[in-house]
Amino acid sequence: MPSTGSRLRVTEQDGITRISFVDRNILDDANIQQIADEILRIIDERHEPKVLISFENVDHLSSAALGRLIIINNRIKAKNGQLRLADIHKQIYEVFVITKLTNLFRICETSDQALASLA
Amino acid sequence: MTGAPQPETRAFTESFVIGVGRKEEIRRTLEAVLGEVAARAYDTGACFAIRLALEEALANAIRHGSGNDPSKRVTIECRVDRNEVVISIEDEGPGFDPAAVPDPTTEENLQLPSGRGIMLMRSFMTEIAFSARGNRVRMIYRRPEAG
Repeated sequence: MPSTGSRLRVTEQDGITRISFVDRNILDDANIQQIADEILRIIDERHEPKVLISFENVDHLSSAALGRLIIINNRIKAKNGQLRLADIHKQIYEVFVITKLTNLFRICETSDQALASLA
Repeated sequence: MTGAPQPETRAFTESFVIGVGRKEEIRRTLEAVLGEVAARAYDTGACFAIRLALEEALANAIRHGSGNDPSKRVTIECRVDRNEVVISIEDEGPGFDPAAVPDPTTEENLQLPSGRGIMLMRSFMTEIAFSARGNRVRMIYRRPEAG
């Protein structure tokens, strides 16, 4: 049964929105859609959004989720905002390397580094 | 004192035919197959690779092959032993030409929100091959030390 609760943890700090995930596996199409819609809503509510997405809890990520991240990145850019990805597990980072999405996203090793680069 | 559980030495061979609309059953089947892999002492990297390829192949079969039509079925066949994991996934769709899928890593395609699943399956598995019609994919993960 689809979940109706939020799939995100969202905090604000010094004008930066930090987003992390409730789910360890971001694989199911319906979940991915819900997560992307939530993030896009957050972006739409902000002027020049500075967003950090942390993958610290995430063990698995599908290619459909990568597609949504691209859409999120484009939406943030269209609003003259900035996006950082951080805390990506080694194996998921390999997915970004293989797909060359390391060329598209600003990826930081830790949330602290990402926050510093957005400040 | 009891030691760690011994890895399963027998091969696991099974075939599943599941309706596309039965998402929970598909998920349970996927977890069962991955459980058989884990029981044969494949390491974390191997389990990650096999899950990723299985998830991507199933998503393709459901989304593209079956057009999310709940009346269609997917067939999952697997054989898991200590040396390799062989998984075939077949849908009832018309098939496709995998060679026609554009390379998602070129500069002009990098922004495309789809088209990365097959590339990931190829990267993380030892072998993958499509049937001539393109509605069936067979993937093998071979444990590196098995040669």
